[in-house]
Amino acid sequence: MTAAVTSPGRPPATRRWARALVAVVCACVAVAVPLLNVLPPAGSALHVSDFFVTLVGKLACYAIVAVAMDLAWGYAGILSLCHGLFFALGGYAMGMYLMRSIGAEGMYRSSLPDFMVFLDWKELPWYWHGFDRFGFAVAMALLVPGVVAYVFGFFAFRSRIGGVYFSIITQALTYAAMLLFFRNATGFGGNNGLTDFKRILGFSLRDPATRAALCSVTGAALALAYAICDAVVTSRAGRVITAMRDVEAKVRFCGYDPAAYKLFAWTLSAVLCGAAGALYVPQVGIVNPSEMQPSSSVEIAIWVAVGGRGTLAGAVLGALLVNGAKSWLTVAFPTAWLYVLGALFVGVTLLLPGGVVQLSTRAGRARSTIGRAIGGLSAARRAPRAPPPRGVPVAEQEARR
Amino acid sequence: MLEASDIHQFYGGSHTLRGASVSVQAGSCTCVMGRNGVGKTTLLRAIMGLVPVRSGSVSFAGRELSRADPSERARAGIGYVPQGREIFPALTVEENLRLGTLARGGRARDVPDLVFRLFPVLRTMMRRRGGDLSGGQQQQLAIARALTLSPRCVILDEPTEGIQPSIVHELGEVIRRLYQEEKMSVLLVEQKLPFARRVAERFFLMERGSIVASGDMGSLSDDLVKRHLAV
Amino acid sequence: MTPVLAVDQVTVSFDGFRALDGLTLSLSQGELRCLVGPNGAGKTTLMDVITGKTRPASGTVRFDGRDITRLPEHVIAGLGVGRKFQRPTVFPEHTVHENLELMTRRDKGVLRTLFARTRSDERAAIERALELTGLGDERRRLAGLLAHGQKQWLEIGMLLVQQPKLLLVDEPVAGMTQEEIERTAEILASLAGDHTVVVVEHDMEFVRTIAQTVTVLHEGRVLAQGSMQDVQSDPRVVEVYLGA
Repeated sequence: MTAAVTSPGRPPATRRWARALVAVVCACVAVAVPLLNVLPPAGSALHVSDFFVTLVGKLACYAIVAVAMDLAWGYAGILSLCHGLFFALGGYAMGMYLMRSIGAEGMYRSSLPDFMVFLDWKELPWYWHGFDRFGFAVAMALLVPGVVAYVFGFFAFRSRIGGVYFSIITQALTYAAMLLFFRNATGFGGNNGLTDFKRILGFSLRDPATRAALCSVTGAALALAYAICDAVVTSRAGRVITAMRDVEAKVRFCGYDPAAYKLFAWTLSAVLCGAAGALYVPQVGIVNPSEMQPSSSVEIAIWVAVGGRGTLAGAVLGALLVNGAKSWLTVAFPTAWLYVLGALFVGVTLLLPGGVVQLSTRAGRARSTIGRAIGGLSAARRAPRAPPPRGVPVAEQEARR
Repeated sequence: MLEASDIHQFYGGSHTLRGASVSVQAGSCTCVMGRNGVGKTTLLRAIMGLVPVRSGSVSFAGRELSRADPSERARAGIGYVPQGREIFPALTVEENLRLGTLARGGRARDVPDLVFRLFPVLRTMMRRRGGDLSGGQQQQLAIARALTLSPRCVILDEPTEGIQPSIVHELGEVIRRLYQEEKMSVLLVEQKLPFARRVAERFFLMERGSIVASGDMGSLSDDLVKRHLAV
Repeated sequence: MTPVLAVDQVTVSFDGFRALDGLTLSLSQGELRCLVGPNGAGKTTLMDVITGKTRPASGTVRFDGRDITRLPEHVIAGLGVGRKFQRPTVFPEHTVHENLELMTRRDKGVLRTLFARTRSDERAAIERALELTGLGDERRRLAGLLAHGQKQWLEIGMLLVQQPKLLLVDEPVAGMTQEEIERTAEILASLAGDHTVVVVEHDMEFVRTIAQTVTVLHEGRVLAQGSMQDVQSDPRVVEVYLGA
């Protein structure tokens, strides 16, 4: 697949625009939306509904996942199709804390979570201990996906498994995990998952102010996740990582160990996903094994592809666009969504391989079918022909086509 | 008659064929010679349409083939015997031969008689798997398969590479029959100078992607050999 | 004096086929050696063994006296053995300068590259490489947009910034224009002395231009070795190239 038009360390102008765009998005999510929900009275024109706050919070969580995915895929060239798993693991960690926070207020009035009473369990399994503490749960939300990713990646990258084989194995990984979590005996609520949460850190989850606060924290987390990934890709390590994506054999010859760099990008990516999952579950109110289904991870890849791989900002854009469309379409035209998703995937691959951000640069427009169509239409209105992209010699243009 | 004119071919940024031109008359045999890396195999593949060319033309029997894909060129009557033989190891000798007849079109699936006249030993091996044949036998099968098309032109890329001397001699005889008796055009790439001298009538010498000398085999002087073929 | 490279009785078999058959050769410090031979003679396999891409079944390879036969590739690369492939493998989405910069890091671990800055001696090495390869004016250009010859020189430059002791160069002039070939000859000739260079080539005109000593390989062993004249007039070499 073609690499992105902008790459790390490229002309600062593009990078500044990208950062500005993401800053605006984060400001909306972290500040504007929550404030417009909490301050103006309900019914006023400026009031943002509770539903919308939750939606924005969810979208921001997806954006974090997309940024993490772009780090692994767009920059390190690792097409992971199990990022849904890391997201879910982070979600489960937070879910376990939220379950324990219910205390004795559940249906069965027991200190054990409802589903365990239902299964006739007498005491808390050992792996649920500690999750009554928020700090522990957060640590686990980051550590568990990180460790899973690290171990899996350690063996996969050392064995030089790559390309489609790696992607298929990740699908198997997430599928196996899903089956494992479906089992009641595994102890995470089986196919119902964890739900009916009441409070987080003492604050009721039904209170709109709590939701607004969660949305705000998610916005801040998105900014932080983006900042971390941005710092990594603009560092020397980032250039090694993209070089490795482009010509791995050469990077190895130059004395860098590709396995170590892949493992780093992949594990960091998984940890960020875990964080996103932990932020997602309190806002959505449920976590179950369907988050681990193989198709969820494929959708993550589609968000990044639509937005534009290898640009970070493109990932944010793609996550917002695709999930925004999904939220709207599944309500307005419920049966249409899968067709739209499929068409999006095919369309982007054929017509706009660099994603939406490709349209923002002249060179990108020249290379994409959609861009050329747009250019052709606007040029038809102005008589003179559009000039070829500057800086690209004619022979090279032909080679590119 | 087979004609390739002024072929320019690029592999990435690398200019591999620079205005190479070769021709072969019906009923004659031409050998393209040169050291490794000069572009001999690339030239044959370009004539066959297996690699894209930037400019230049290929025609056979007056028919322009520059835009045709390899299967069309095969149907036009050009049989190709690639380097390394490339027969199908999992298929039997008979199946390998019948596959060739598919390119002919029409209903006849009969292997032309010529094949068995040239390679009588193949009749005794029809049920044998291609992969179980020796190198020399595989080479014979490869040429036979190209002949099942009833071609008017045969292109052979280093047919004697890795073959034992007795079979090499037989191959030379087969090639001679092809152009002297059957009046086909034969285009050959060969590194073995004595074999080329014995079998071919004309030569083209390649260096760095272009033709630097050509003529009748008799005029291939020691000086040319020293300059373009030896170290 | 210890030879820079000592290959001793190296044998490599692929599925019964002997790519290298008890091959022995040695290189002295600062020489420019041309390695030639017909197809399948073992030239690429020899380079693979030296760089650690392929493990020999038997025999040893010593680099500056040290046994590197079983060391992993990136360790051998770190010791000062640089290889340039036939097709340019520069990093197309990085600029010329970034390509060179990627090569200078002494310590190539993840943590170091995350947090470090370019040292002044590394900057100097980059400048020297740009000067030697004549690519100073192109430093901001994306490597993917360079001409074929320029990509080859960039790749040589990328090897140079690592200050390798031994340079293995595989068919450097394939597909180049005449001017590019001449420039490449100049570059390689100027490298010998400070570095030891091995050039594998088929283009005999080019070899004639730059060769000091020529080694002819055939069927996995050294057939002949000497000056261009010696080798050209050796009847065994003639026979091998022209066939019996």
